[in-house]
Amino acid sequence: MAIPTNVETTFLLGRLNFDAIPKEPIVLATFVVVAIGGVALVAALTKFKLWGYLWNEWFTSVDHKKIGIMYMILGLIMFVRGFADAIMMRAQQAIAFNGSEGYLNAHHYDQIFTAHGVIMIFFVAMPFVTGLMNYVVPLQIGARDVSFPFLNNFSFWMTVGGAVIVMASLFVGEFAQTGWLAFPPLSGIAYSPWVGVDYYIWGLQIAGVGTTLSGINLMVTILKMRAPGMTMMKMPVFTWTSFCTNILIVASFPVLTMTLILLTLDRYLGTNFFTNDLGGSPMMYINLIWIWGHPEVYILILPLFGVFSEVTSTFSGKRLFGYTSMVYATVCITVLSYLVWLHHFFTMGSGASVNSFFGITTMIISIPTGAKLFNWLFTMYHGRVRFELPMMWTIAFMLTFTIGGMTGVLLAVPPADFVLHNSLFLIAHFHNVIIGGVLFGLFAAINFWWPKAFGFKLNVFWGKVSFWCWVIGFWLAFMPLYILGLMGVTRRMRVFDDPSLQIWFIIAALGAVLIAAGIGAMFVQFGISIWKRNEPEYRDVTGDPWNGRTLEWATSSPPPSYNFAFTPVVHGLDAWAEMKEAGAARPKADYIPIHMPRYTGTGVILAGLSTICGMALIWYIWWLAIVSFLGIIAYSIYHTFNYDRDYYVPAEEVSAVEKARDLQLAQGA
Amino acid sequence: MSTVTQLQNPAAYWETEPHHHPEGASTNIGFWVYLMSDCLMFAVLFATYGVLHGNLAAGPGPKDLFDLELVAVNTAMLLFSSITYGFAMLRMVKGDKAGTLKWLAITLFFGLCFLAIELYEFHHMIHVGAGPQRSAFLSAFFTLVGTHGLHVTFGSIWLITLMVQVSKFGLTSANQRRLMCLSLFWHFLDLIWIGVFTVVYLMGVI
Amino acid sequence: MRILPRLARFLALAPAILALAACKMEVLKPSGDIAERQKDLLLASTGLMLIIIIPVMALVVLFAWRYRASNKNAPYNPDWDHSTKFELIIWAAPLLIIICLGALTWVGTHLLDPYRPLDRLSASEPVTEQEPFRVEVVALDWKWLFIYPEQGVASVNELAVPVNREIEFSLTSSSVMNAFYIPAMAGMIYAMPGMETKLHGVFNNGGEYQGLASHYSGHGFSGMRFKTHALEQSDFDAWVDEARAHGGVLDRPAYLELEAPSENVKPMTFAEVDPELFDRAVNMCVEQNKICMAEMMALDAQGGTGLAGTINMAQLTYDKEIRRGLARPVFGQEPFMVTSFCTPADSARMFADLRETQPVVRVDQTPMRGMALPRPENRLGLGMNMPRLIQDARRPAAENQL
Repeated sequence: MAIPTNVETTFLLGRLNFDAIPKEPIVLATFVVVAIGGVALVAALTKFKLWGYLWNEWFTSVDHKKIGIMYMILGLIMFVRGFADAIMMRAQQAIAFNGSEGYLNAHHYDQIFTAHGVIMIFFVAMPFVTGLMNYVVPLQIGARDVSFPFLNNFSFWMTVGGAVIVMASLFVGEFAQTGWLAFPPLSGIAYSPWVGVDYYIWGLQIAGVGTTLSGINLMVTILKMRAPGMTMMKMPVFTWTSFCTNILIVASFPVLTMTLILLTLDRYLGTNFFTNDLGGSPMMYINLIWIWGHPEVYILILPLFGVFSEVTSTFSGKRLFGYTSMVYATVCITVLSYLVWLHHFFTMGSGASVNSFFGITTMIISIPTGAKLFNWLFTMYHGRVRFELPMMWTIAFMLTFTIGGMTGVLLAVPPADFVLHNSLFLIAHFHNVIIGGVLFGLFAAINFWWPKAFGFKLNVFWGKVSFWCWVIGFWLAFMPLYILGLMGVTRRMRVFDDPSLQIWFIIAALGAVLIAAGIGAMFVQFGISIWKRNEPEYRDVTGDPWNGRTLEWATSSPPPSYNFAFTPVVHGLDAWAEMKEAGAARPKADYIPIHMPRYTGTGVILAGLSTICGMALIWYIWWLAIVSFLGIIAYSIYHTFNYDRDYYVPAEEVSAVEKARDLQLAQGA
Repeated sequence: MSTVTQLQNPAAYWETEPHHHPEGASTNIGFWVYLMSDCLMFAVLFATYGVLHGNLAAGPGPKDLFDLELVAVNTAMLLFSSITYGFAMLRMVKGDKAGTLKWLAITLFFGLCFLAIELYEFHHMIHVGAGPQRSAFLSAFFTLVGTHGLHVTFGSIWLITLMVQVSKFGLTSANQRRLMCLSLFWHFLDLIWIGVFTVVYLMGVI
Repeated sequence: MRILPRLARFLALAPAILALAACKMEVLKPSGDIAERQKDLLLASTGLMLIIIIPVMALVVLFAWRYRASNKNAPYNPDWDHSTKFELIIWAAPLLIIICLGALTWVGTHLLDPYRPLDRLSASEPVTEQEPFRVEVVALDWKWLFIYPEQGVASVNELAVPVNREIEFSLTSSSVMNAFYIPAMAGMIYAMPGMETKLHGVFNNGGEYQGLASHYSGHGFSGMRFKTHALEQSDFDAWVDEARAHGGVLDRPAYLELEAPSENVKPMTFAEVDPELFDRAVNMCVEQNKICMAEMMALDAQGGTGLAGTINMAQLTYDKEIRRGLARPVFGQEPFMVTSFCTPADSARMFADLRETQPVVRVDQTPMRGMALPRPENRLGLGMNMPRLIQDARRPAAENQL
């Protein structure tokens, strides 16, 4: 076993020493590639003198749009890492037959599937969703920024800090070998003695602080910053789903934080919350973590339900069917998501009545979800459906997600779950809803709002290549898993002894390769579009390339830092569609100074110190942990002494920006 | 849908006057939401204590360890500090900087007394061999009470910071807002302590 | 390049292998009545849901095609956004399906509860008066231990059971959580340290079936598989005789040696087993002098042992907890255990009491009658599957003995 059983600790470096660097060739090669890439990146940034630009315009920015874009970039980078893990697992399972051990040993393989889950949920899906909400929500409600712009910047950098910690585990030490939820007693100090679980804990803890704060921020933004006239029932659906998502974040992430703190105490202080002996209860951890974990699933999917609503209505050229029932369905899902957590462990033996209660509450969630699907369906009905990329992703979602939903309800039937739990059927199910729902939704959203964010559209050809590779690749990769699940094959297996299973794993691996091609095509799509961004077929001068319906399309693409020179006044749903109908042109004179928050580097510094503190705690470098922790407190206090946090954009500057836009609009017309 | 008047008047769709969100309106509700999320963390700890409080691992139980008289004194300290914080806020509303600072200092004194007594209690329990490692009950007890204590500690640091700021910059609107937030936080901790006192100490001993 | 011809040959064989694999859908073609009924429920639920899924998918395609932008013949109502009739349908249709499915779930979950003694051996065979065949299962790091209390033998990574007889598994684990799964017989159930879970099942066809660990448990998890032999009674007796002839004693020291982590363990048998062993494994007191959970819980129920309870601890010198690495939390104490207060005679009586099997309570066969089902005794959520030892610990008789 590669786990050191008794590590000497030193004052200076704690339990960090040369042996902590993994020597496995795969990891070494990755490290070399990443190191070369990193050095090249740093060199390029230095050569082109971009550090100042990045620091002043991006890293310290409190502009919700820039933070949103940075979240998306973080998600994209981590997505590549998470997908690399997926490909490695698929390859291992495709070859580990007939006595072959495959190419990954257990220590490595167990880290990979843990890292894959953790990264994909916490550092891909969460940043994507948060980034999307960050970018779109203030624009949709006609606000100039979020309620707490500095906090927004800080939240982002905390998420980055968590991602940095998880990535560091690849090259220094190890990651957890526990599965993505780190169930004790396996994740306890007795069975996972080295740094893996500590990386897990501190990575999630630091990112979790960011997520909670960002949830509070966006929730308050939606409550307090809406444009005049926009009552709750006139909010765009995406804003509604974001609102519910942020309520879920605020009401569930503290549970995760506390649960992880208790696990930390078990590991560091030797308390007995989740130990086998001395009265601890591992089952309590499993309950607590799923009380966070199930709402988390809806945190991921709800904003994308909003995206599908916006996309379907825009590209059908029609008002959304059943806005009110859509809102109620969202609220229903929000509430119900707290009543279903036990369906993740029917097999713990909770007794038939408890199991059927949670099974049935789970099924009830499918009612509002079904209603939503019907609403999208009837939005297309009597519409003029334009098959642009966002709409293609939406239709692919509707067809894929229904299957995922069906297998989900199937798993909610406890006796069926007894045979399918922990099997590859379960894996296929949640990839079916997360890829088919969350990822397809994100791709729809990226194609939809990209022109808004950057002022040019994305290439359609490569978008379609990516689309077909993804959709076909997805079915190819996960249908075999459904079948394998029905053959009684369970998850997280590293080697197999039944040769007849191999063919299915090979098909699944081919599907994964096709998905890789889809990801490649997506990067090509981004590259070509950026390259040709000034060509007329890409350029968006109108600010409204899709004939949109909500307020974000009322401003220019990309929007000015203050979003709207004059705050829009809302009278009904689909405010921008109504304005266009009414011919309500923008006022073009008498600009007034605009009150805006100042950029600050505090968020970067505090999050940086937190990351250092986390690394120090992982490696038992106590002096560094104490110093960085005191640093966090001291700097926070120092920051509160800065009372000069805002400024006014002068009217002349506003005027100049808006004049430039008028000119652009005139040219485009 | 739009009415005819709106159709004829594009200005109905844009607010040409400066659009101003009152300073601090978001802060107040934001802080409330934060407190609710903090409350949820305590809820987890209370639930944990509820599940584990009987798991003594054949070790000492609440009756053997808790000294209700000491805890009563401790509770009084925290309740006093809440009242004195209230007096500080009353002085703040009157614009009396010196009075505010005086009452804040008294609040801090009571807060620190509370912490001292709690530390004494912890030290005593660990000394007799009933540390957080001994049983799940003790783990849950130390964590619940200790987390509350940590909150009071950070509240005290915050209080000192605010005292410096008020004495330096006066009762500016920003400082008033901050005092208001800390006030919410301080009373919130009081409320949590009432829960701790009831669930842990009273129900444990009686 | 040499891999290409091999790949080609493999692909040529693929259809044959696919066809072969299709027959191996163990979940859909099980050999035990419980798994059979679980499969029926699975198929029934799928059918119920397809009633709504298929039309929805068809409509998505149909609407997307019919209302495509280039089709100017299709009606276009940009402001049509509400219809009470449609709203009613889109909420009612899923609701109706879920009501049916919910009913099916409630009844099915109770009838197929793994804790519930069987009510039939197969669709055609009623359950006999015979006592169920008992197997005690311990998930070790990383192998399965099966103890046959009636026969007094034990086996590792190999399970033999008589066919067409109700089997009652009692499960626990020595270190971390695991799950016990024989896809052809019945669903899975967790095996957890310090707890006892139950699973009832039956094999209707003899043969050899795969069994596995289905909850990830660490380094050697992949190798934790075992063959299950469902044998005719005579063959089973022969298997037991062979195990007895083979020798080997599984007493407490041997168990402590066995539970140390090891991977891909070859099947083996033991001719003799300490009859207290399983209960000691559940109660986590196989080690000398370590307090049993049942005793601990009985003491806790009395309010603990007072301040004296802070000195009844001993260093863990021989405990599994330190087998996977340095177990000492960095700021904590050395791992310790609580020592037992019981005299050997006391614990012997306690275990005799624990071993006393409760009579099997079966319910009447009237189909789908909720009243016929045993009342749930578990509390919601936590502590829900504390095994029978809690009841035992709370029984006044057990307390008096201490």
